[in-house]
Amino acid sequence: MSATPTIAFDAARCDGCGHCMNACVSAKSSDAHRAQPRIQILRDDESGRWGIAQCRQCGDPRCASVCPAAALEKGDDGIVAWDGERCVNCLICTAGCTFGGIAFSAAEGHVVKCDQCEGAPQCVAACTRGALRYVTTANLYNRWGDLEDLFVPGLGGCQGCNTELIMRHTLRRVGSNTVLATPPGCIPGMGSVGYNGMLGCKVPVFHPLLTNTASMLTGIRRQYKRKGRNVTALALAGDGGAGDVGFQSLSGAAERGEQILFICVDNEGYMNTGAQRSGSTTYGAWTATTPIGESARGKTQDAKNLPLLMMWHGCEYVATASTAFMEDFYAKLEAALDASQRGFAYLHLYSPCTSGWRFPSASNIEVARKAVETNFAVLWEYRRDQGLKLSRDIEDPAPVTEYLKLLGKFRHLDATQIAHIERHVAEQAQVLRELARMHPREGRQVVGHQSDLMAVDLDQ
Amino acid sequence: MEQFDYVVLGASHAALEALRAIRAHDSDGSIAVLDREARLPVSPTVLPYVVSGKRPEDRIALRERGWFDDLRVDYRQQAHAAALDSAHSRLRLADGSEIGYGKLLLATGAAPAVPPIAGLSDVRFHVLRTLDDALALREAGRSAGRAVVLGAGLVGMHAAENLARAGARVTIIEMRDQVLPGYFDATAAARIQAAFHDNGVEVLTGRRVERVAPRAGGCTVQLDGGDPCDADLLLVAAGVRPEVSYLAGSGVAVERGVVVDAFMRSTAANVWAAGDVVQTPSFFGDATPAGGILPDAVEQGRTAGMSMAGDPGVQAYPGGVSLNTYGFFGRRALSVGRDAPQQGGADWEVLVRGGEGSDAYLKIVLRDGRLQGVFGVDVLFDPGIMWELILRRVELGARAKALLEDPQDAARALMSGLWR
Repeated sequence: MSATPTIAFDAARCDGCGHCMNACVSAKSSDAHRAQPRIQILRDDESGRWGIAQCRQCGDPRCASVCPAAALEKGDDGIVAWDGERCVNCLICTAGCTFGGIAFSAAEGHVVKCDQCEGAPQCVAACTRGALRYVTTANLYNRWGDLEDLFVPGLGGCQGCNTELIMRHTLRRVGSNTVLATPPGCIPGMGSVGYNGMLGCKVPVFHPLLTNTASMLTGIRRQYKRKGRNVTALALAGDGGAGDVGFQSLSGAAERGEQILFICVDNEGYMNTGAQRSGSTTYGAWTATTPIGESARGKTQDAKNLPLLMMWHGCEYVATASTAFMEDFYAKLEAALDASQRGFAYLHLYSPCTSGWRFPSASNIEVARKAVETNFAVLWEYRRDQGLKLSRDIEDPAPVTEYLKLLGKFRHLDATQIAHIERHVAEQAQVLRELARMHPREGRQVVGHQSDLMAVDLDQ
Repeated sequence: MEQFDYVVLGASHAALEALRAIRAHDSDGSIAVLDREARLPVSPTVLPYVVSGKRPEDRIALRERGWFDDLRVDYRQQAHAAALDSAHSRLRLADGSEIGYGKLLLATGAAPAVPPIAGLSDVRFHVLRTLDDALALREAGRSAGRAVVLGAGLVGMHAAENLARAGARVTIIEMRDQVLPGYFDATAAARIQAAFHDNGVEVLTGRRVERVAPRAGGCTVQLDGGDPCDADLLLVAAGVRPEVSYLAGSGVAVERGVVVDAFMRSTAANVWAAGDVVQTPSFFGDATPAGGILPDAVEQGRTAGMSMAGDPGVQAYPGGVSLNTYGFFGRRALSVGRDAPQQGGADWEVLVRGGEGSDAYLKIVLRDGRLQGVFGVDVLFDPGIMWELILRRVELGARAKALLEDPQDAARALMSGLWR
């Protein structure tokens, strides 16, 4: 069974204009009849909100399970398809659906349901308010599902941690022609390097020191090259191993333009050793080393912006990504992998820590999403030849407090601290906004007189 | 003796859903399905459409053989369980062979109930439960001048309509005072009955058959205190009884069906049951009729399959809610849930629109402001949403009025807000 693209509905953005329904009627009508819309937008007067009735293309469609004529079936394309040749019009499917997704149409004389217009849903195209979105992430999961999982089946991560998702999906795409470095941190802690003499993954993996990941990968990559073999040198490191203890070797490798794909999984601290602060820890956050007491109120410094620091190295490719936006992550992984064949590629992934940040294990993706939606974690990418681009609009962010209040590590914050964080978030967003407007490539046209020879012999 | 991790008896809705649920959690366990029939599984619900000729009998199979193959299920036809020895976890089949199981699902469904009517065993009569029944009835219906249908339940009403369409003069005889008792109240039933009358079908309610006697080419049906009525074709549609003949002495408790707990476990270890073979507890915890409902059989099958496979996601079966979608002469009647009791207290509320002569009839039953039942004739709504609103015990509050005015839109808008 494959995953299916979804038509997502955001009630808060809907104003009930009905364009989606009209578009559906136009798409599904023929000369013979005027179709009943397969999408319905309805107002619940009690709550004052708009609702939707439309087929969800369930993974486990009950309409099909209850059909006595086998007239409904979920196809390989993910669409629950209706077969008019088999349907007996008993309407039992309408008893199986709790979404109002399949209903009898008097005009057409049989039940009708959404088929997502063969991948181009007209209702979504007609929605001008962004209340309907055609989410095709499932296609990526399907494609990724066909790739080999190169980690062991069981990884010992904390419940709800998104790092397993990051590890498996990354290595599936990067593939088996890889040497993997996982410096001390949660990732080897979860089992990447294995236990009892057994490897944790199907590619050569090693466990460098916190300090020398990028240096060791440099040597390995160069040695393979010398032997005539082109392997991907991949690092999966934490923010400590990348930006604090490991920064010297990382900075050096980036500056030299080593052909490495370096992925930093940023959980804003040394989480697997008991949640100590790191350079990436947010101002005000509780950690084991920035406790809350009579006078101590959490970390007193702002986090450094590691991905921006990496950008200033002039890397081939630098990007930030979030597991709440998988399509964006996949696209960036693709670009980073490609860039790592030419030079240094750095990918920075936000990884909310269920245990260290103190939030329910079921809300990891929600926390990650909120971080992005509040501009706390801005998604962007930098290519050496194109400069920095924002990956999504940051002009109308949700209040930062919507993010802060999700996390136990911020529970103690007072108004001054919150104002400090809000200011910092706004400043970072402004910096990125400005950077995205710049066009450094235009500087290629040298202004003034072009010098043809060095006038001075610098070696004297 | 052959041995399987899972053995499933029956291959209809409950069994098929259980197979899917088992495989969703246990990709390796060996599974055998033993089906009494000699053909691919067919739902009893489509049989009226075979009788009417609307659907050819070779296009109605619920699943093709390839479906079982894909699930790596050993699907066997004409395999009839004769006895169950739950103490030793094995089954004896009608051909004398034995099969051992780790876990067993009883999904043998139900067979037509034959009422104790004098002389019935001496005449040729039809029932409608299997494809063979449907083919025989279709054949007989072609030449029947006069047909009598005993029972005005869904099967009887469907068949009567189809026989009438085929040209027979049809009489329906129902013991109780209305057609479709248990599904619709008297007002709704009267609307439906009128449609049959308009289409030339005679409906006699509140009447008993005293005896039947053979007659050349058919039989004579003697009603209580009335004239005898001749029939070329007699269809007995007096309900069903669970197919439990093989369970005698098995250790599986049977009352009005196999007794099960909320995870569809029978009283015998490692034996589950689902679908029409089960004595379905009512969701409402009262005497409301439950069971014999297709979507319910699917729910039970899923619950049983997940429980058998040890799927940690399994949830307790909430109990049966009566649920019917009934089409007649191009019109539609829908019923979900229960009606108010005769002597309901102040906590009950019944909202009705459309009496005699109106375009449509709709009745909404509430208790403590929570939906208990929705019944409509010539009104469309989504029975699946109503079912969910009942199961969730959603308080309707001021929405009840909107629901009565436009049950489809109001329920959709409410449900949409309840989904996250």
